[in-house]
Amino acid sequence: MVSVLATAQTFTLDGISARPVRVEVDVHRGLPAFSVVGLPDAAVREARERVRAALVNCGFEFPLRRIVANLAPASLRKAGPGMDLAIAAALLTASGQLDLGRLPKLAMVGELALDGSVRPVPGVLAIAEAAREGGFEAIVVPAENGPEAALADEVGVIGLDSVTQLSALAAGDWSPQRPQPMPLRLSAAGDGPDLADLRGQRHLRYALEVAAGGGHSLLMVGPPGAGKSLAASRLPSILPPLAAPEALEVARIASACGRLDEERAGGRPFRAPHHTVSPAGLVGGGNPPGPGEATLAHRGVLFLDELCEFRRDTLEALRAPLETGWVSIARAGAWRRLPCLFMLVAAANPCPCGRGEADPECSCAPLAVRRYQARLSGALADRIDVLAAIRQPSAEEIGGPPGEPSAAVRERVCAARERQEGRLGSGRCNASMTPEEVRECALDVGAASLLADSYSRRRLSGRAHDRVLRLAQTVADLAGSETIGGEQMAQALQLRRRDQE
Amino acid sequence: MSEPQACPDCLRRSRLLAHLAPYIEKVATGRVGSRSPELLRLSSEDLAEGVAPKIAAQVLAQVEAVPEDRLLADLSAAQCWGCCRHDRHFPVGLHDAADAPWALIGRGDPALLDRLEPEGTVTVVGARRASTYGREVARELGRELTAAGLLVTSGLAFGIDACAHRGALEAGTTVAVLGCGADVAYPASHRSLWRRICEQGLVLSELPPGTGAWRWSFPARNRIMAALAGMTVVVEAAQRSGSLITADLAADLGRDLGAVPGPVNSRASAGTNDLLAGGACLVRDAQDVLDAMLGPGVRKAERTGSRLDPALLEILGAVERGEDTCDAIAAGLDLGGAEAASALATLEALGYVTCSLVGVYSRTLLAVPGV
Repeated sequence: MVSVLATAQTFTLDGISARPVRVEVDVHRGLPAFSVVGLPDAAVREARERVRAALVNCGFEFPLRRIVANLAPASLRKAGPGMDLAIAAALLTASGQLDLGRLPKLAMVGELALDGSVRPVPGVLAIAEAAREGGFEAIVVPAENGPEAALADEVGVIGLDSVTQLSALAAGDWSPQRPQPMPLRLSAAGDGPDLADLRGQRHLRYALEVAAGGGHSLLMVGPPGAGKSLAASRLPSILPPLAAPEALEVARIASACGRLDEERAGGRPFRAPHHTVSPAGLVGGGNPPGPGEATLAHRGVLFLDELCEFRRDTLEALRAPLETGWVSIARAGAWRRLPCLFMLVAAANPCPCGRGEADPECSCAPLAVRRYQARLSGALADRIDVLAAIRQPSAEEIGGPPGEPSAAVRERVCAARERQEGRLGSGRCNASMTPEEVRECALDVGAASLLADSYSRRRLSGRAHDRVLRLAQTVADLAGSETIGGEQMAQALQLRRRDQE
Repeated sequence: MSEPQACPDCLRRSRLLAHLAPYIEKVATGRVGSRSPELLRLSSEDLAEGVAPKIAAQVLAQVEAVPEDRLLADLSAAQCWGCCRHDRHFPVGLHDAADAPWALIGRGDPALLDRLEPEGTVTVVGARRASTYGREVARELGRELTAAGLLVTSGLAFGIDACAHRGALEAGTTVAVLGCGADVAYPASHRSLWRRICEQGLVLSELPPGTGAWRWSFPARNRIMAALAGMTVVVEAAQRSGSLITADLAADLGRDLGAVPGPVNSRASAGTNDLLAGGACLVRDAQDVLDAMLGPGVRKAERTGSRLDPALLEILGAVERGEDTCDAIAAGLDLGGAEAASALATLEALGYVTCSLVGVYSRTLLAVPGV
């Protein structure tokens, strides 16, 4: 026997989706050697050592021959340790120690430990779905990833603890049960910290409700320690619960990034990158391109604390994604489109020292304050609808009774969102209204005259005019009113983010 | 009304200034005797000889050789027009000044030239690095004085100047006097404000179109502003501020001088407080300016707004007490966030309060009727 060829199927992660990879192992006569070809990255190349040790430690024989593992298609970059299991299976088949012939069409992913146990890998949900699309009948995954893989229906899932189970499986000695799928958080009840923790702060509560009610982005300005981060982290709990396909999408992204949390799988994500984040870290990038914070916040909240401290180019990078709901990353030889529909929440101090100009303790020079605040009206801030000025709550307020719980607020938000979907179509909200749709907002006489008055006094720019109308529509939706009344228009005018002249 | 006219000699003088600008820059200092307004008092020959002796004859001949139609064509190409000291539209206030420019190059509404009499014109100046307080007051003064029928002039600079212009534009029109060509928006970030003044008001300069800004041209511009107006109001100025030059120039011309008081512990207001200590007229609002210029009680500033119901009055009272955010007002008066928001927006629409970029409210000078 000069040479024996065997193949196995596996997947590699490419952004947040999986691409099929065929592992071909050729064992033939020659000096003992083991090489992996087909654009492997360092983690894949090191599979040689892991596979050798795992097989030997599990009692298999490692053939002392010339072994070549080829990962096809050869033009696709392969990353990560998820191909260990398939390489081991193909090697065992080629050396005659394993016969998978009696099993249905299988794909397999998993990292091998040196003792032969199978370790979890990221992106198993995306891989299981890709296996289903690729016509595989079952997928072999690490046992720990079993519940996650089982979220993909119509494809068999086999959870593996050790590489020895592979031969038991092939021999028919072992027929594992399909693992129970991981529960997704489809009801938002008890999802994350509760808004009741926000005591006092009546205006901020109201601004949060309006922002959530219409999907408007929010800017909070106030001194440090006034509760900006606390408020932002409560926002997911008042957003409407996700529908099943949306929750699956969120889980798929989290899984691909290795951040799937069993407790909160499929719940609305809350991401708060530090202000030193790079543009690639925020919107995604690198080579091969991977998702960034914006994609991780998909269908949830992206919180930028200390907005003025972020690098300008980082914030600029967020502009187009914020508008379109997609990040397009183009690198030499790779192009990705990643979803990123998120609610933007930003927080900033009123001046560089954080106290605010009205505070006698504030030591900032007027020019420094102007320069600092000018960053609040940059290109990204232009996409922000709601402004909430926050002050340090008083001792009585902090010691006072808890605020309204998230559930009550969420009920109103959901009702308002339903009205919007009825008017604009499913999945839409007021923040995404086009200028044509804005023209169709129904205003009563008082609202129209208040808006016209503010506009004619040049307190509003043309763009701010539309922004106020979108906000007013949300305020009216929250109030359950068909037309926008004067009171609601006044509230929208107050909540709007101010422009610098 | 007839169009403003400028004779070729006066236009040539402004061209000469543009040619000599880099040389004047070297010679003009802050010392008495060589400040730019003093230099500009010289005849063309003396000025050229004084600042650039080597090329004086050449520059003078070059300027002299420019044909008249070329002078006018350059103006109209920049959408400007000229008005010289021999024209009857030339602002009368400038005739009082020995160092007045020979010609003004204007862009915008020429009809405003006739309104530029010292009796009806007030110059509002102040620091470029202005505090929120100074900016609010400048804007308020600009608006209320314009509403009371005065013409507000200023210099389009950062800070107080721009706020005075913006306030004036809210109520009508305004005149900007620039230290560069009238067709040059300087500072560049005020281009949109400059454009609005060109459309709704008047931009003046003594330099020909296309001339850039020089250090010496700002004190020179200040002397024009001081002479145009019957009263110069300094809103906020530190000691040794450029706006105090305008105040000095105005005082030298015998014009009224007003200053807005500031906190005694604020360096930004030290210059204005010094002016007050030195006898400048105290300016707290537009009425003070009107009284000083036209005599006490001659004209009332339109300073009362529309009536307010008790609930709004209570909220206005809270703003006056220093509750400066919507949240503080809601907590102080035990209102819901939504109620407080709509009340504040109503007060803002009526002009009783203004809101800053970061959502901090402050009271305007507008008085409530019957209170």
